[in-house]
Amino acid sequence: MDPNGSLIFPSQVSTIAPEVDALFDFILYLSIIFFILVVGGTFYFAWKYRKKGEDTFTKDLSHNNMLEVLWTVIPTILVFIIFVWGFKSYMKMTIPPDTSMEIKVTGQKWFWTFNYAEGATTTNELVVPVNQPVKLLMSSNDVIHSFYVPNFRTKMDVLPNRYTQLWFEATETGEYNLFCTEYCGKGHSEMIGKVKVLTRADYDAWLAGAGNAGANMKPEEFGAKLYKDKACFTCHSIDGSPLVGPSFKGLFGRTEKMTDGSEATADENYIRESILEPQAKVVQGFQPIMPTYQGVLKDEEIDALIAYFKTLK
Amino acid sequence: MSVATTANYLNAEKGIKSWLFTLDHKRIGLMYLFAVMTSFFLGGVFALLIRLELLHPGQDFFTADTYNQLFTLHGAVMIFLFIIPAIPAALGNFVLPLMLGAKDVAFPRLNLASFYIYVVGALFALYSIVAGAVDTGWTFYTPYSTTTSTSVISMTMGAFILGFSSIFTGVNFIATIHKMRAPGMTWFKMPLMVWALYATSIIQVLATPVLGITLLLLVIERTVGIGIFDPAMGGDPVLFQHFFWFYSHPAVYIMVLPGMGIISELVATFSKKKIFGYKLIAYSSLGIALISFLVWGHHMFTSGQSEFSSMVFSFLTFFVGIPSGIKMFNWLATMYKGRITFEAPMLYTIAFMFLFAIGGFTGIMLGAISIDIHMHDTYFVVAHFHYTMMGGTVIAFLGGLHYWWPKIWGRMYNEKLARVAWAFIFVGFNVTFFTQFFLGAQGMPRRYYNYLDQYQPLHMYSTYGSWMLGVGFLIMAYYLIYSIYKGPKAPNNPWGALSMEWQTTSPPIQHNFEDQPVLEHEPYDYDTRMVVNDELIKKEDVKEKEDINV
Repeated sequence: MDPNGSLIFPSQVSTIAPEVDALFDFILYLSIIFFILVVGGTFYFAWKYRKKGEDTFTKDLSHNNMLEVLWTVIPTILVFIIFVWGFKSYMKMTIPPDTSMEIKVTGQKWFWTFNYAEGATTTNELVVPVNQPVKLLMSSNDVIHSFYVPNFRTKMDVLPNRYTQLWFEATETGEYNLFCTEYCGKGHSEMIGKVKVLTRADYDAWLAGAGNAGANMKPEEFGAKLYKDKACFTCHSIDGSPLVGPSFKGLFGRTEKMTDGSEATADENYIRESILEPQAKVVQGFQPIMPTYQGVLKDEEIDALIAYFKTLK
Repeated sequence: MSVATTANYLNAEKGIKSWLFTLDHKRIGLMYLFAVMTSFFLGGVFALLIRLELLHPGQDFFTADTYNQLFTLHGAVMIFLFIIPAIPAALGNFVLPLMLGAKDVAFPRLNLASFYIYVVGALFALYSIVAGAVDTGWTFYTPYSTTTSTSVISMTMGAFILGFSSIFTGVNFIATIHKMRAPGMTWFKMPLMVWALYATSIIQVLATPVLGITLLLLVIERTVGIGIFDPAMGGDPVLFQHFFWFYSHPAVYIMVLPGMGIISELVATFSKKKIFGYKLIAYSSLGIALISFLVWGHHMFTSGQSEFSSMVFSFLTFFVGIPSGIKMFNWLATMYKGRITFEAPMLYTIAFMFLFAIGGFTGIMLGAISIDIHMHDTYFVVAHFHYTMMGGTVIAFLGGLHYWWPKIWGRMYNEKLARVAWAFIFVGFNVTFFTQFFLGAQGMPRRYYNYLDQYQPLHMYSTYGSWMLGVGFLIMAYYLIYSIYKGPKAPNNPWGALSMEWQTTSPPIQHNFEDQPVLEHEPYDYDTRMVVNDELIKKEDVKEKEDINV
């Protein structure tokens, strides 16, 4: 559970969150009152009118118009209030302010890619400044996914044939969970990312550095970082266990049988091809489901990954 | 009056053929009962395996693929093979003609056909388990379902075929209720269970074809490659969701309405009170059936449908909640000044009030769009629909099963063990699913094979609860099966109920009644009628006696 949250909800980190929680609490209190009335009443009547002694005829209480009108009209008024309240908050969470910054989100099996207007690209890590409305323009490369950040109380499906959008304004710095909430297959529960909310200054510094990440790193260290950042680990282990795809352990120089019966040795060119055109050669026993990383990984990043794979003996 | 000597529907004809070719609604109901209970067992085992895997995060017993197949099968089996036919086709088949004072349903051959179509549909579903079980979830959302390599076609064909079975039952019941009521039984003198079955049948007949067409389109897309839902072929995946929920939302009322019908019977019988607000309960069943067709979009608030649609669907959703609320108040009022006894069926009635209230209130929360955006596709929704479907329908089904058990078999079950099993099920259910409200509100998404460590404690309690549920059902299976062979013989009317099915023998004779029964009193006239030791006592007779004595 979220240590900063309440018993019911995780902590409120968006402008809309308090409003959602307030309506929830309103319905919760109403529900408790009605629960005591109906279920408490059931228990009370069950005890009070339990059979005592001889069988008897019971009273002819077949209806009571006043009562029946009351318990139809009162709940109707209450749910109408709830409807209006819920719809008003919903409109607020649907219409992004004009001052919003825009980030492009791409969902695919089983990771998220974020493209910033300034040119930076991240995987499974959405970095945003605090107190700034952010509008996400989202689409999917394969099946339907859904973008969900519990702390923001917001969620939107990510579709393959059209753009959907979602906006939020984070109110506190920190790291928050990002889940995929539309079932998308084997790696669905691994399609988890982070939303990093930074101060404006930190965000600007991050954005400036995002373009030349890895500049001060050895290639194999940078490759190790990319393996994590780009979510390669969702499908490829480094301990030898096969996941959705083959393990990277001992990959470099290994000779494998392909699904078409041919054999191939994992050298630099093989790895490069497998990253950019994953369906060209598929190792026997695995499904041809890896998406292409064309446009996601730059040349020097592929170089770094190859350097990293060489260290995984 | 003893069971062994008189001929009844169970012993009138012998041999396997007399069952397989029977046109007797009671025998067909029993075969359905056997089939749905087998499905319930299967679906229950899947559920226990799912909960077992979720005891800890990461891989414990199954791979991600197996887990995805398990939750798909759990959903598909429980919905299509168990809960939809459970009350109408199994219990309803048995009691509807008896309650109407009829000899059989209107179309006995159609009735048998519906059973065999169910069996064929079930075989397709079972085949899909052997041939690489589906992993799409019971909702078959496109484009995942058009692209996965598992056996989607045989499972959807199974559901397609099962749809016809459901439609046949619906048509049959509508005709039966219209044409076969005993002399004197006008519409407003029918038991409320019959009203509920009537409303259910209307939905079955009108909504099921849409599911059939949708699943067929899905099969055509997969086999022939015509782009209807898959965007890669120019289709629209959200269209599938609209089609699917156009059936599947009314379908939840196919599941719960008959459950409400049972509760109306039970609460009146065990309170020995005239049902309160008969007409309002009857009309609310029809109201639910009608509005249920207009709320499907509340499953799609995050799907990308227009904000305007979401608004309309949210608004209408609240109005389907009102009739359910009205029923709750009416049942409560029925208990007022009653003479209440606590045999197992009444215990299930009380459990129903408790659990269905929680299911309903959380439904109101989910109907509010802004809250649904947060809760959608989390465990909060999972908990909500288990409270309505299991806490509502299954609990009512169990209540009805115990209630009519003596009528079906002519034997009594063990009341003590029934109470023990009830306690296990009631407590186990709450431990399993109440925890899931918290999991969901904290953000735990559904259909997750693996999860973050922070959710582990609640998942653990939920799994412990599932074991309690398992124990409860094992005890129930034991005493119910035992009672069929060794239970004490049941009187004709063990509960002192006034509806017509209790006026014949237990078990009923082959043609239900010796002569055509005529309605002499209404099903809930507990103010002027009571049954003690199978003897009907009328208030006017008692008065006469008193007058003579004076």
